[in-house]
Amino acid sequence: MKILVGIKRVIDFSVRVQVKKDGSGVNTDGVKLSINPFDEIALEEALRIREKGMQAEVVAVSIGPAEVQQQLRTALAMGVDRAVLVETGEVLQPLMVARIFHELTKRENADLVILGKQAIDDDCNQTGQMLAALWDRPQATFASKVELKDKTLTVTREVDAGLETISVDLPAVVTTDLRLNTPRFVKMPDIMKARSKPLQTLKLDDLGVAKAPELEITNYAPPPQRVGGKKVADVPALISALKERGVL
Amino acid sequence: MNKILVVAEHDGKTLNASTARAVNCALAIGGEIDVAVFAVNASAVSTAAGKLKGVKRVLKVERAENAHQLAAVLAPQIAKLAKDYTHVLAPSTTFGKDLLPRAAALLGVQQVSDVMNVIDATTFERPMYAGNAIVTVKAPAAPCILATVRTASWQECGTGGTAEIVSVTTDAAVPAHTRFVGLKAEKSDRPDLQSAPRVVSGGRGVGSKENFAVIYKLADKLHAAVGASRAAVDAGFVSNDLQVGQTGKIIAPELYVAVGISGAIQHLTGIKDARTIVAINKDPDAPIFQVADIGLVGDLFQILPELEKELDEL
Repeated sequence: MKILVGIKRVIDFSVRVQVKKDGSGVNTDGVKLSINPFDEIALEEALRIREKGMQAEVVAVSIGPAEVQQQLRTALAMGVDRAVLVETGEVLQPLMVARIFHELTKRENADLVILGKQAIDDDCNQTGQMLAALWDRPQATFASKVELKDKTLTVTREVDAGLETISVDLPAVVTTDLRLNTPRFVKMPDIMKARSKPLQTLKLDDLGVAKAPELEITNYAPPPQRVGGKKVADVPALISALKERGVL
Repeated sequence: MNKILVVAEHDGKTLNASTARAVNCALAIGGEIDVAVFAVNASAVSTAAGKLKGVKRVLKVERAENAHQLAAVLAPQIAKLAKDYTHVLAPSTTFGKDLLPRAAALLGVQQVSDVMNVIDATTFERPMYAGNAIVTVKAPAAPCILATVRTASWQECGTGGTAEIVSVTTDAAVPAHTRFVGLKAEKSDRPDLQSAPRVVSGGRGVGSKENFAVIYKLADKLHAAVGASRAAVDAGFVSNDLQVGQTGKIIAPELYVAVGISGAIQHLTGIKDARTIVAINKDPDAPIFQVADIGLVGDLFQILPELEKELDEL
């Protein structure tokens, strides 16, 4: 079987993101960029499926500028078999990304696509669902457990009410939640080995994917700041502060 | 004139309160508002939806396949119904997040996620970067706008409405490739985390599953729901449905009490709309204190019993 994993380069989760003063975007100068954490979990899950003895080729796919090769090399070092970069300088929105992945699932004849449930930059939480719709295949979103047997996936999903289990036929799209697994650390020899693994670059314009409608982002603003920081000395003072605010 | 369809969230018996929040967002957009209830038997939920203020019609969409609110099953039906509307909204809960992008893709629409504020019928504010940026987005009006509603940003709309309830059928073909197996819900008599006016949350500092009893005790005293940080869920102290934060539940209670929670950005993004935040933590430099309205530095195992005692005496 063939497993595609989508990875997106985002501002690292530990960075406190600052909005530019002119409202045109957020500061990215000198800011650490990493693989979206949910996508690392997606990579790990694909590798575990292969390591359980399933005959599987794992392909990491990213969309972005040439520099994203660095994140794809990390994926190769983690253990994926090969990588594909769809090169573009544009920042794409989920429907367009889903269209590109749909084209790749056809080209690659994929059986399973694993994506992060959301990217921690735009926080959209859409791409996996959209890909499943375009592909006319099942979606198992927010997965915290995935079991593959024959051509059926049993997926436990983290939902507001608790844990939901669904069963879906392959081919399918899975999106990962935090507790699906803990991604492995990349070891030095693996980084060396990854250098000789295949990394293919496709130009977005050569894929023949029709441009999707987009939202126009007209402004970025910092969130309203909460003015906190007041401390009280003891429990009675806490009680009176609560009363003062009318919450007790 | 805008015609807005709100997709109801429910469990087959009860209308989820997030629906009333989505209706409130629809009221801010303005226009005729319908609510769609997908179910096997939609009667009870439709009656409840019909009482929401400002709702004109409730569409009962009843068929056997609608038993489990599966996105793959509902999305094609929503795509059919959408033809008559300018907007389709769903709450930004795991239900709406799973469902609406699938319908949007079928319609060739780029969805707007997590609407916090309505500027006009096509312009909205939404959070990005764990709430560290609020962006203004303008969505193409045609063929229609699909958006999920950030429930913490919207109060529930009132009741007192008298909507007409109509049965609707669509000729949408629904797939059989996705099957519901089961739902493991934590049974709890406590208030629902997402809608409770008061929430007490515990973090890594609570230390263990057993120790979490102190959080439950304080919550019971305050008639509060119980929440948790990601660290507490990852450590297995409590189940996943209690997680508050960027990737868990985003909540806006009147009172939020954070106990033994350091306050990672990802957690703060889930609580920043709370009216009053109280932080109890032994580390005076914990980031939670920067956003807390009232902070108390100390050992939670001493403070909580004392707090309960004081509350008893009120």
